[in-house]
Amino acid sequence: MTVANIEVSETPLMLYALRRADDALILGHRLSEWCGHAPAMEEDMALANMGLDLLGQARELYTYAAKVEGRGNDEDKFAYLRDVRQYRNLLLVEQPNGDFARTMVRQFFYAAFADLYWRAMMASSDPTFAAIAAKSEKESAYHVRHSSEWVVRLGDGTEESHRRAQTAIDDLWAYTGEMFAVDDGERGLIDAGIAIDPATLKARWLKTVTGIVNEATLALPKSDWMQQGGRVGSHSEHLGHLLSELQSLQRTFPGATW
Amino acid sequence: MATPNVPLWEVFIRSRNGLAHKHVGSLHAADATLALQAARDIYTRRGEGLSIWVVPSNAITASDPSEKGMMFEPAESKIYRHPTFYDVPDEVGHM
Amino acid sequence: MYTQALNSSDGDDRGVEDVARASQFQARIDADERIEPNDWMPAAYRKTLTRQISQHAHSEIVGMLPEGNWITRAPSLRRKAALLAKVQDECGHGLYLYAAAETLGTSREELVDAMLSGKAKYSSIFNYPTLTWADIGTIGWLVDGAAIMNQIPLCRCSYGPYARAMIRVCKEESFHQRQGFEIMVTLCRGTAEQKAMAQNALDRWWWPVLMMFGPPDQVSQHSDTSTKWKIKRFSNDELRQKFIDATVPQAEFLGLTIPDPGMKQNENGNWVHSPIDWDEFKQVLAGNGPCNRDRLAARRKAHEEGAWVREAAAAYAEKRKSRQLAQAAE
Ligand SMILES: [Fe+2]
Ligand SMILES: [Fe+2]
Ligand SMILES: [Fe+2]
Repeated sequence: MTVANIEVSETPLMLYALRRADDALILGHRLSEWCGHAPAMEEDMALANMGLDLLGQARELYTYAAKVEGRGNDEDKFAYLRDVRQYRNLLLVEQPNGDFARTMVRQFFYAAFADLYWRAMMASSDPTFAAIAAKSEKESAYHVRHSSEWVVRLGDGTEESHRRAQTAIDDLWAYTGEMFAVDDGERGLIDAGIAIDPATLKARWLKTVTGIVNEATLALPKSDWMQQGGRVGSHSEHLGHLLSELQSLQRTFPGATW
Repeated sequence: MATPNVPLWEVFIRSRNGLAHKHVGSLHAADATLALQAARDIYTRRGEGLSIWVVPSNAITASDPSEKGMMFEPAESKIYRHPTFYDVPDEVGHM
Repeated sequence: MYTQALNSSDGDDRGVEDVARASQFQARIDADERIEPNDWMPAAYRKTLTRQISQHAHSEIVGMLPEGNWITRAPSLRRKAALLAKVQDECGHGLYLYAAAETLGTSREELVDAMLSGKAKYSSIFNYPTLTWADIGTIGWLVDGAAIMNQIPLCRCSYGPYARAMIRVCKEESFHQRQGFEIMVTLCRGTAEQKAMAQNALDRWWWPVLMMFGPPDQVSQHSDTSTKWKIKRFSNDELRQKFIDATVPQAEFLGLTIPDPGMKQNENGNWVHSPIDWDEFKQVLAGNGPCNRDRLAARRKAHEEGAWVREAAAAYAEKRKSRQLAQAAE
């Protein structure tokens, strides 16, 4: 017997929570892949801390999505019983860890956004979102701090680290635009004061990113072509492999409790 | 090739308001900023801290254990520095 | 335990040292005083401790690998968070222990290099593979359980920095074993397949866990001096017995069978195990366990691939220092 994917009814608010939950889970999962393999023990500790923050955010957001949906799904059903096409995360967070520079640049791009995002979401008219935002904001603020310190050190470190950091920026840049995109369903939530318009964060995000990238003696790419698709389930090839690992037990032993 | 050494730091944490910073351990980091972050990530994961100091280990000057006699024993005979040295009649009560 | 290779002798180099100082040192130990880093200590004490603490540290770090093998496959988000936090703790333990070892005068880098080159040992237990999710439950329950049994007496070890590190470690360990046991309870109350998975894991881990406590007392060469120096407070066999007696009722609760049909309870109520295959133990310590090569390869890879990051951080620190100097000179 194979386990069927769960059915998800994506009403706007539910989908909104699900997308943010997926971002946090997938990035948290990526960070957890480092555990035991980081460049130094001190950094192993740091990566795990960030991963745990994100896993915690994911769980709260899935639980809220399940509540809004009201169809008996829960955090684990969302995480373990949806296929690639049902995942709604940003393309940025599913990008493989690569070397330490790529992991840190990915973290920095995302956290610099998430920090502004959660801070703004503290004013959400939805009390659950406001509460999740208050907690997540502090966590992401630290993620910005930590990742930006590393971006500076890698950029302004050795020739090799500079080259690796610049490559990471060049490769990941096209995945940053998706963070600021909004669809019709989200537009309605923004109008209702539940969600915030991410476009309003863009200038501040770019200022933070430019500041750090300059300090790191690195450069942002000239191209402004941006990849899209994660929010509607059109992912890169990487996500399928991540999910086949993440979901292997639940898929192999249908219906078991762990 | 032998791995080059990363500087060693001593970590001090104030666990609650009103308490002094207390030595909790050490870590390795290339500079003070990374050391402070590492101290946070290593030594405050269970809510152990409100404030952190990191100090380069080589900035600490320590007393020499072989001079313990000269350094600390002279204080032991100065019993008149302690309140119990003085007699106050019981009737006076707590003082 | 995590320091099994200590059971080979260092030889006796106390002859070259000042006899008076050595007896003063022993008097301090006998009076239950703690020895601190700058205190005079016999060279053999320093050497034994450096080796024991660093082996312990290596074990914590290599020990991240078998369990880390399942972080990305943990079957629920709750289990995933718990396992990541647990394996992260082990990294922290390694870190505290390297720091304690460094106070004896050898740098972390030297200690790590000795492990990566295969010269320094780590616990035999981490050279066994984690094949199923039940192995994660079993490791928490038995491997952490055995480690705790060994580590609690080390909190009173004569060397201050080691004892303090162990106090911190023991505090953190307390959730590891419960986390593992909870996994086992869930599996044993689950489907027939899950229960079989749990039994199979116990079958594979039981004997290697008993070996963690090290060779039987009659052949362990190091215990005498270690006991005299209050580094070791219980013998290998004593700890092993304590562990078995604590574990038998837990296995019974789970409805699992300990894979030792000959095990009997003696008149004192202790469970007496059948002979342990010490040849297997020797082979694993010698590098021939099922995963020795994989474990070392994984640690070397992390170390080598991290080199450019550590170099970058060092280079940046240098640059910043010279910029600050230049600024101050203006
Ligand atoms: Fe351990
Ligand atoms: Fe540990
Ligand atoms: Fe543990």
